[in-house]
Amino acid sequence: MAIEAEAHTHWSPLLGRLWLDAIPQEPIVLATFVVVMLGGAALVAGLTYFKLWGYLWKEWFTSVDHKKIGIMYMILGLIMFLRGFADAVMMRAQQAMAFNGNEGYLNAHHYDQVFTAHGVIMIFFVAMPFVTGLMNYIVPLQIGARDVSFPFLNNFSFWMTTAGAVLVMMSLFVGEFAQTGWLAYPPLSNLAYSPWVGVDYYIWALQIAGVGTLLSGVNLVCTIVKMRAPGMTMMRMPVFTWTSLCTNILIVAAFPVLTAVMTMLTVDRYLGFNFFSNDFGGSPMMYVNLIWIWGHPEVYILILPLFGVFSEVTSTFSGKRLFGYSSMVYATLVITILSYLVWLHHFFTMGSGASVNSFFGITTMVISIPTGAKLFNWLFTMYRGRIRYELPMMWTVAFMLTFTVGGMTGVLLAVPPADFVLHNSLFLIAHFHNVIIGGVLFGLFAAINFWWPKAFGFKLNVFWGKVSFWLWVPGFWFAFMPLYILGLMGVTRRMRVFDDPSIQIWFVIAAFGAVMIAGGIGAMLVQFAVSIWKREELKDETGDPWGGRTLEWSTSSPPPEYNFAFTPIVHDLDAWDDMKRCGVERPTSGFRPIHMPKGTGTGLILAGLSTALGFAMIWYIWWLAAVSFAGIIGYAIFHTFNYKRDYHIPVETVEATEAERTRQLAAAGA
Amino acid sequence: MQPPESRLNPPGRRFGPFRNRVMRIGVALGLTAALSACNTVVLKPSGDVAQQQGDLVVVATLLMLLIVVPVMLAVVIFAWRYRANNQDAKYEPDWDHSTQLELMIWAAPLLIIICLGAVTWTSTHLLDPYRTIGRIDAQTQVAKDARPLEVEVVALDWKWLFIYPEQGVATVNELVVPSGRPLNFKITSANVMNSFYVPAMAGQIYAMPGMETRLHAVMNSNVESIGFSANYSGAGFTHMRFKMRSVSDADFAKWIGDVKATGTKPQPAGDIIAASEFEGVPAKQMGGMLDRAAYLELEKPTQKVPSIRFANVDPKLYDAVVNMCVQPGKMCMSEMMALDSRGGMGKAGIRNVQMLSYDKAGRDSAVAESANPTEAVQRELAWVRALCEQMPGQVRDGSVKAPSDLRSLNGAGIPAPQSIGFGGEDAPVASSPKPAHISLNSRN
Repeated sequence: MAIEAEAHTHWSPLLGRLWLDAIPQEPIVLATFVVVMLGGAALVAGLTYFKLWGYLWKEWFTSVDHKKIGIMYMILGLIMFLRGFADAVMMRAQQAMAFNGNEGYLNAHHYDQVFTAHGVIMIFFVAMPFVTGLMNYIVPLQIGARDVSFPFLNNFSFWMTTAGAVLVMMSLFVGEFAQTGWLAYPPLSNLAYSPWVGVDYYIWALQIAGVGTLLSGVNLVCTIVKMRAPGMTMMRMPVFTWTSLCTNILIVAAFPVLTAVMTMLTVDRYLGFNFFSNDFGGSPMMYVNLIWIWGHPEVYILILPLFGVFSEVTSTFSGKRLFGYSSMVYATLVITILSYLVWLHHFFTMGSGASVNSFFGITTMVISIPTGAKLFNWLFTMYRGRIRYELPMMWTVAFMLTFTVGGMTGVLLAVPPADFVLHNSLFLIAHFHNVIIGGVLFGLFAAINFWWPKAFGFKLNVFWGKVSFWLWVPGFWFAFMPLYILGLMGVTRRMRVFDDPSIQIWFVIAAFGAVMIAGGIGAMLVQFAVSIWKREELKDETGDPWGGRTLEWSTSSPPPEYNFAFTPIVHDLDAWDDMKRCGVERPTSGFRPIHMPKGTGTGLILAGLSTALGFAMIWYIWWLAAVSFAGIIGYAIFHTFNYKRDYHIPVETVEATEAERTRQLAAAGA
Repeated sequence: MQPPESRLNPPGRRFGPFRNRVMRIGVALGLTAALSACNTVVLKPSGDVAQQQGDLVVVATLLMLLIVVPVMLAVVIFAWRYRANNQDAKYEPDWDHSTQLELMIWAAPLLIIICLGAVTWTSTHLLDPYRTIGRIDAQTQVAKDARPLEVEVVALDWKWLFIYPEQGVATVNELVVPSGRPLNFKITSANVMNSFYVPAMAGQIYAMPGMETRLHAVMNSNVESIGFSANYSGAGFTHMRFKMRSVSDADFAKWIGDVKATGTKPQPAGDIIAASEFEGVPAKQMGGMLDRAAYLELEKPTQKVPSIRFANVDPKLYDAVVNMCVQPGKMCMSEMMALDSRGGMGKAGIRNVQMLSYDKAGRDSAVAESANPTEAVQRELAWVRALCEQMPGQVRDGSVKAPSDLRSLNGAGIPAPQSIGFGGEDAPVASSPKPAHISLNSRN
């Protein structure tokens, strides 16, 4: 806004736009800042007191082990999830109280940042790290590999994603975040209408994290294509690996579009270009098209791996082979391809002709056919099974019931005339939370409960898991069913105050749902804490606590650094199930030294420099931008001269590890 | 049973037959039980277009429930029946394929989607917002000589400007339209993207700067309702709402008279929004003639704007807004396009960049800078306008004309030439009360 532009005109060569006015004046933000600073100081003090820095640096930050990187991704996702959820609670509270002339407790400047940050964080810094972390951890184990194709790249990708998250978090306390909505449509996101640093934070956070996502996509595609165990043909790959492959192909194809569109927005804002401005014949409509050409595949990037999770979970806990494996694979491929042919359904209301709208409406509906086929496949996997209701299976059934409703409302929104009355309404909000929470999040919870014992060697506490489940699932319905109804009442999204008092009750119900979800999240944190506390009681020494079917369950929990002492040979789809049936003996001798990649701090250093570059660009601190950019290039080149990239695990270590495993298995009576 | 005359497919009927029957089924299924308690304007609007769109929501939902309900039931039943401690249930750990079932699981959703796809294709064309109104309601076709009411809509920060070109008046945040008369909205925005949406009247369409979108609608009863922007557009977005009333023709004429009378006086014009401060400061009072100068004052970002009336309006104002050349010293989009369509100006274009900059320098300063264009700029503009004289700046009419006789959708009942002999000698001719047709929505 013009007035705001005048308020932030300060610039100095040393600090750029950064000045005292960058510290937010809002008491909520200040209080959060103080709490975060105190918490951070306590954390640093604790780590220093217990002398953990060396351990963290050596064993985790510089590690190129896909398992440790996977876990770090999950921790990043969890931390950002708490931030994103705090934003959600703030919105629910604001909307529940801002009636009858009450302006609520958030002014426009703050509220608009909150909903923008919520969307950006939940998609880019919660869902993406969770999904990437999961794939990172599981895929190499499922295909019988010792690591990913490019282990250093994997570490670098993780730190780049973290660098993006750091910038988003920084915007909370230094300056502001974008007030544009999570996709930052121009002209609103152009310099003329968003003159200060909010949109710049958005751009640089996404660009830097996008580098990480893209490289991790390349890495995993390569890993799945090139590093499968002998005998594992494409049609013998576990379904989770298949869906991961498709997701990473989507990442490799879609994220460059995001990078390009962000670059165009960047040059519009920084160099006076006019791709998306009103000036000189620029076209904001082009941005909307481009961002959704990335944005629609993105939602399949998020959901496909979880479809894989549900397949693994359903089959394992039903004690059955997956029904219609090939049909499942083809459905995944069809979804992968179709996800590129539907982007226009996000803006039927932008004035395309009826034939164009119909085309994209119908392609969207067609996606529901393979998705429906998948659902039937899970259904018939349960049919004539012996279903054990452990936590992962509970989440799966909740998913099947919840996601079906979300899918249905999605197809409804794909009918253009229906979309004309529901577009941008709370109905739409309810729809995509219905599929993202009901699909992606429930899937993640299933996955966490399923693979936690693999990663840590002990199961998660069932009681607190159930408490979390029974708060989360009804909480979700309470929070979002009112939004469907409000959408049918013509209530639009991103509203800060309301003048019709009759709709307040629905917002109050939704806020109640949010409180239940908060309870669910709390119970989940308690579940983790209690499980770690009582890990001896929950210990699993077999490495295969659920009667698993795929290769990751054939090794110990947690797996040794090298995953498999000998590369397994695959003869059937459910390789581990097949081995168990055939009574394959675990080799206990004849070990050889194992060639492994060596950890390096380069990823962390490059990502640190990228954070500095992003920060400098956001605040127009040109000298720092130049220095950090030169630093990135220089250090990257320097790293190419690092020839100490690998080492051999000595055969004695392998023998000792495997002997310990033999002892464990004997103790577990296997 | 339908009355016999309804067997004549009434002209202009689109989805009428679905309406009551489907609503009844819907209620019978108890789907709308929760909804009936509240004011679901999307499903029960007052305008025919919105009504058809709302009906489509119900139709599409019911079509999908055909498969969704059995699937959800099956999930619950299988989940219960095949639980581990039910040892009576059959257990076949290696059963993983059945060609018949696989065919079924692909074919069942496919069939639903074929139906829904057909509904989508036809309804998208029939309810295209660019398409002129063909019917007032399910029974009444638009009279041949009916003149639609034109309303020009401009989304401003953060209020709506409505210009009635025929009546020569303009209002802010107050939309009054006559019932039963086709409405023809031309929509644009002054700077950022918004979406023009009156749920009671018709679906929304984006309002975008430098461009014009269209919306055709009709109101079927006299109601008071609200409209708003359905696309977030910045700090004052939440208050970007206006009152919408549909009234009788006589009341509409009276209202126009009111606007002409009361619109001469200055009226309060909302608050100038200051982002750093929570409370805004009152803007200048407005009213009287809405000319370019008044428009530029109105364009400044304000929020919580009450209704403002203008007794007179510059007839060329809207065209200038669409073309982003209200400010003196700006080249119109139409002029730019006219130049470009002749191959552009090449290097000569470098000379006139200032007149092509519409929002670069921030809104207020841009207004100030362009208020008094320098002599050089004026000369440039005169030169551009001279170049464009052969192509006067008109916005292209992008609307799709509805056929005047909707029977053609079902076959107009044109008799086949007797010599060809379709259907034999006694085939029905045009006078037959029942033209042969295949119709998605036929009751026949």
